[in-house]
Amino acid sequence: MPTRTKYELKLGMATREAFGKALVELGATNSDVVVLDADLSKSTYTAEFGKKYPDRFFECGIAEANMVAIGAGLASSGKIPFASSFSVFLLNKAFEQFRATAAFPKVNLKAVGTHSGISIGEDGPSQMSIEDISLACSLAGFTVMCPADEVAMMKLVKAAAAFHGPLFIRAGRAKAPVIYSPDQEFTIGKAITLIDGKDVTLIATGLLVAESIRAAETLDAEGISARVIDIHTIKPLDQETIGRAAQETGAIVVAEEHLMDSGLGVRVAQAVGATHPAPMEFVGIDNTYAESGPPDALLDKYGLRAVNVAEAARRALKRKR
Amino acid sequence: MQKTSNAAELAAIAKRMRREIIEMITEAKSGHPGGSLSWAEIAVTLFFDVLRHDPSNPKWPQRDRFILSKGHCCPMLYAVMAECGYCPKDQLNTLRKLGSIYQGHPDVRFLPALEASTGSLGEGLSLALGMGLAARLNQIDSRAYVVLGDGEIQEGQIWEAAMFARKYELDNVCAILDYNGIQLDGFVRDIMDLEPIEDKWRSFGWHVIRVDGHNIPALQKAFAEAAATKDRPTILIAHTVKGKGVSFMENNPKFHGMAPTPEEAVKALQELA
Repeated sequence: MPTRTKYELKLGMATREAFGKALVELGATNSDVVVLDADLSKSTYTAEFGKKYPDRFFECGIAEANMVAIGAGLASSGKIPFASSFSVFLLNKAFEQFRATAAFPKVNLKAVGTHSGISIGEDGPSQMSIEDISLACSLAGFTVMCPADEVAMMKLVKAAAAFHGPLFIRAGRAKAPVIYSPDQEFTIGKAITLIDGKDVTLIATGLLVAESIRAAETLDAEGISARVIDIHTIKPLDQETIGRAAQETGAIVVAEEHLMDSGLGVRVAQAVGATHPAPMEFVGIDNTYAESGPPDALLDKYGLRAVNVAEAARRALKRKR
Repeated sequence: MQKTSNAAELAAIAKRMRREIIEMITEAKSGHPGGSLSWAEIAVTLFFDVLRHDPSNPKWPQRDRFILSKGHCCPMLYAVMAECGYCPKDQLNTLRKLGSIYQGHPDVRFLPALEASTGSLGEGLSLALGMGLAARLNQIDSRAYVVLGDGEIQEGQIWEAAMFARKYELDNVCAILDYNGIQLDGFVRDIMDLEPIEDKWRSFGWHVIRVDGHNIPALQKAFAEAAATKDRPTILIAHTVKGKGVSFMENNPKFHGMAPTPEEAVKALQELA
């Protein structure tokens, strides 16, 4: 149930920066934690860990495939490796290594991809991963997470280290609005209902969680009661919470900074279809690659804003019987 | 298991393993005899002489690690592991059958005594380096050995790993290149020539030892030299014969990935008697 009803959504750290901080804290308490990076440690924020624990930090150079398999070898010998790069290079370039050396033998490798989505801005589409959720979810046995803010990232990175099994965490470049209070608890695989509501449910992950909270406020002013759910764990998906929302509100919107035909939306649709079928609408990137530009302008142009979520909610409501 | 450094005894085990490979692959009606036969002496020298391991305690943390990066040549690995007592000999003939622990390519889910699942080429060297790093972090005097196929090192990841090994001075890792000269589509020199192979590895900072991969005393000497080499990894460029021991399979690309017929198997077993 919701922990708060009003959200200030002040800008906090980027989730990548929170990842780096969490690693440094983990390094102090768990000597088995080791970190690998592929010449992007200043951008992924693993450099802080490297400075503090140089013996447990491995700079692999621009060679992601080798990095991932080295990580799998370390994990096979009892270490807890976090391998990090931009999502688009980590998953797309080393996908086969994730499959063969981590997923298939169920090795305890942690992968953290930063610079996901289009909110990285000016660097443009060659650096933007808009398919990482899809790729990571297609690795059998993988756990896939996408924290919405700094609190979620810090807590989930620590949960990831304590969890045994291969997993992927998605992180963003842009500063993210703070949603959670520092005492919020997170359980891998358990969705969090941020706002209760009865007319429609807004299901979101990552940056789109804050946008969905804003959308719910807009809808509230129109007399529409919108429930907001943060899916920080995309796989395994919390089918129980989603099914209950579909049953109780009868209309669903899914919002994500990802290709809308292969990310969270299709997975939620599967859960809704298997439990309580309801009209659904989707907010995401529509079968295209983005472009360079300021992050905010890109989110506007590609339709990943509160206004787009609210509009999708109205469409879903119209289709409700 | 009974370890031995006696070359004649090791050669006798290698011959027995070759017979088992022929029987397994014939029974399975598919598999890779050529590249399994080519690393028989390497496998036997490692498992019966060089490796520090304990088949009664497969997860002993101080053990040396072994990875067959050219995973398709697993019949040899299964035969030698069964001979050591890691897994049942009487199930070797279930190779590639539904539910068998002896999967078509090594799979830790079915055979947990394996160090890694392999079969996608180019990845085993990185895995061995990860294990070497872990041993160093844990301050364990454990070594990691990895057998690479010659065609396999056409994969770019091998050279990423080669650079990494030099940078981190992983002298507890030893690679063995089974240089039998044949890959699926034909002769390696025609598909994608590797020469000058020794220069390539040397230029990547590795200690390179050229060895006859069927000469057990030479292999023993090379492994000792590798273990004594500090601050850099070692690779044995092991010159071998694909299909070694069976006249009609030797240097014959056809037997890279084809099982012998029952008649061919009878002839092969006679030659290996």
